Amino acid sequence: MQQSIPGRIADKVLSGTRLTRSDALRLFETDDIFSLGKLAAHSAEKKNGKRAYFIRNRHINPTNICINRCRFCAFSRSKGQEGSFELTTEEILRKLKVRLSKDRPTELHIVGGLHPDWPFEHYLEMIASVSRDHPGLHIKAFTAVEIDYMSRISGLGLSETLSRLKKSGLGSMPGGGAEIFAPEIRNRLCPEKISGARWLKVMETAHAVGIRTNATMLYGHIEDYRHRVDHFVKLRGLQDRTGGFQAFIPLAYHPKNTAIRGKYTSGIDDLRMIAVSRLVLDNFDHIKAYWIMLGEKVSQLALKFGADDIDGTIIEEKITHSAGALTGEGMTAEQLAYMIRKAGKIPVERDSFYKRVRR
Amino acid sequence: MKGKEKALNERLASKKALSLLKNADLLEVGLMADNVRKALHPEGRVTFVVDRNINYTNICVNKCTFCAFWRDEDAPDAYLLDSDTLFRKIEETMDLGGTQILLQGGLHPGLGIDYYCSLLRSIKERFPINIHGFSPPEICYIADSTDLTVRETLRILLDAGLDSIPGGGAEILSDRVREVLSPRKILSSRWLGVMEAAHLLGMRTTATMMFGSIEKPEDIIVHLDSLRKLQDRTGGFTAFIPWSFQPGNTELIRKSKVRSRKPESKKPGTQNSGLKTGGSPATAVEYLKVLALSRLYLDNFDNIQASWVTQGLKLAQVALRFGANDFGSTMIEENVVAAAGVSYRVSREDIVDSIGAAGFTPAQRDTYYNLITEY
Repeated sequence: MQQSIPGRIADKVLSGTRLTRSDALRLFETDDIFSLGKLAAHSAEKKNGKRAYFIRNRHINPTNICINRCRFCAFSRSKGQEGSFELTTEEILRKLKVRLSKDRPTELHIVGGLHPDWPFEHYLEMIASVSRDHPGLHIKAFTAVEIDYMSRISGLGLSETLSRLKKSGLGSMPGGGAEIFAPEIRNRLCPEKISGARWLKVMETAHAVGIRTNATMLYGHIEDYRHRVDHFVKLRGLQDRTGGFQAFIPLAYHPKNTAIRGKYTSGIDDLRMIAVSRLVLDNFDHIKAYWIMLGEKVSQLALKFGADDIDGTIIEEKITHSAGALTGEGMTAEQLAYMIRKAGKIPVERDSFYKRVRR
Repeated sequence: MKGKEKALNERLASKKALSLLKNADLLEVGLMADNVRKALHPEGRVTFVVDRNINYTNICVNKCTFCAFWRDEDAPDAYLLDSDTLFRKIEETMDLGGTQILLQGGLHPGLGIDYYCSLLRSIKERFPINIHGFSPPEICYIADSTDLTVRETLRILLDAGLDSIPGGGAEILSDRVREVLSPRKILSSRWLGVMEAAHLLGMRTTATMMFGSIEKPEDIIVHLDSLRKLQDRTGGFTAFIPWSFQPGNTELIRKSKVRSRKPESKKPGTQNSGLKTGGSPATAVEYLKVLALSRLYLDNFDNIQASWVTQGLKLAQVALRFGANDFGSTMIEENVVAAAGVSYRVSREDIVDSIGAAGFTPAQRDTYYNLITEY
């Protein structure tokens, strides 16, 4: 890995010309992380100026019981297995009362396992109840994988499933479950999970019914750079058609307590991933350096490598922590703003659609 | 003569360094430092030492405000290691392939130079291990309490078995800062004096800097400049290790928290000193910038260490592209930083993996940077 970045790729970036697959591969393979970072920072600044975003948010996981057994997951359990849990809607509401009491969060992030017994109505009721109890709170919930599951258990089409959730109060969707689209990797990582094509289909349908979503990629396990690039190209293609993606979030693989084990990603690979994402996903407004996964130090550096968002306060995080997250579970808005400022950016507290929150 | 002139011209001037520290973009300074590192260590190897940090006592009369480790003599958790425990720790270290112990402790009011000499001798009689021990504040304390000069003290300790000296206690070599941070600790000139005396006796030492508390960019440059000048005279420093202040559980932070809640309890002394009390740690961006600048400024230092103990493995990996060429120690035991609430538990395998994943060849070294094993 000794290559510098060819001038023609730099020229393309500076002139706003779309990068090809081979350009993207070249960027992953370059040893010159400094030029890579500067180019990505340039692109980020063209899109978002000096702004870097954070949000006051909370996570809730209704259950860790899941019919899938993804090899990279340390969170899921089978029904009845030690450590499994499932929250009733009342329990969720009770937990929220505590979790929402501090610092007036604007967004609730809900993702969970594919529960073998819950009917679709249970999810509708969950969303409707939270929405009724907390009318000002934006509900960002359910990955494409969960949506597909709901569509199957309800017998409704994707579009109808999504519309009903939206009517119940679903505001937007997170980008999880994308993992790696390339079938040869995906089949080894998570054979029970919906295919990459299906994931994209769910997102396309969500965008069509007016639900904005994020997109992710889980990297640093058994894939190589070609699979990452393939993933980018598929996301970019869908975004060209719908414009419904808000942020792309590269998710660093965590090896603890998982079936495939392996290693943590290197800090250098994390930064390279952020930078290449920014440069290749030219039709995404935002690249998020999710601090829970990268650690607050690398997340802050990511702001120098093309990221414009570091996620939020969170307070309690379960999924990455099951797999050996090295971070705390929460940060204050002041800490996030401080990190951003020290990276030479202007901290902006955002809502779920990247509008500034005024307090 | 011409060559020497040229070298001097190329040297980073303190004014220019200050301007880089204050104004340059992180990636700009990083690239410059990375190029210097590549020129000095073109083989792409990153070294580490296998050693154990043995803190023989936590009883300390200095009570620095940034430290969470010290105890009063009568505190319930105050301790002085007995020799059985000490020997067991060293034996474990050697079993793990360790070549060095880092022997440091508080400034214990009840111990004289005889204690230290018999401690050193008892270790050397039993173990062929390098004793990297006693930072300058400890050396000065031993000297003062025995009424010996620093040079005499070092000579006696050297004869008793002390091999090399760690660069701790440097904090920031600016007395303006030290008066707030560590008012009972030795002043800058004394710290430098110990190192110079040690170098002149043929002992090698490291140098450190703890930044991100209350210093200004100017203080960092003064610090680096003092080290560069001394290294020009002696060449005795093996490495420079910058790290950032870890604010958890220290008096410096407890004071500043009390102050922010109750402004009326402000101490006039700190208020008038022109120094703000630190409450927010140096972030990753500042750490890398200071690290890169050190690589550029300390042109007469062969090695710059990344501090995974204070920064975590991921940032230490990134640091290898911002001027660092050494991963420090495997730290079989680390008490002082852990006391401030920062604790990254890391095995030798983790260190080897981290260096490899960052694109370098990991290698175990000894105290003097001789290679032992390449992985």
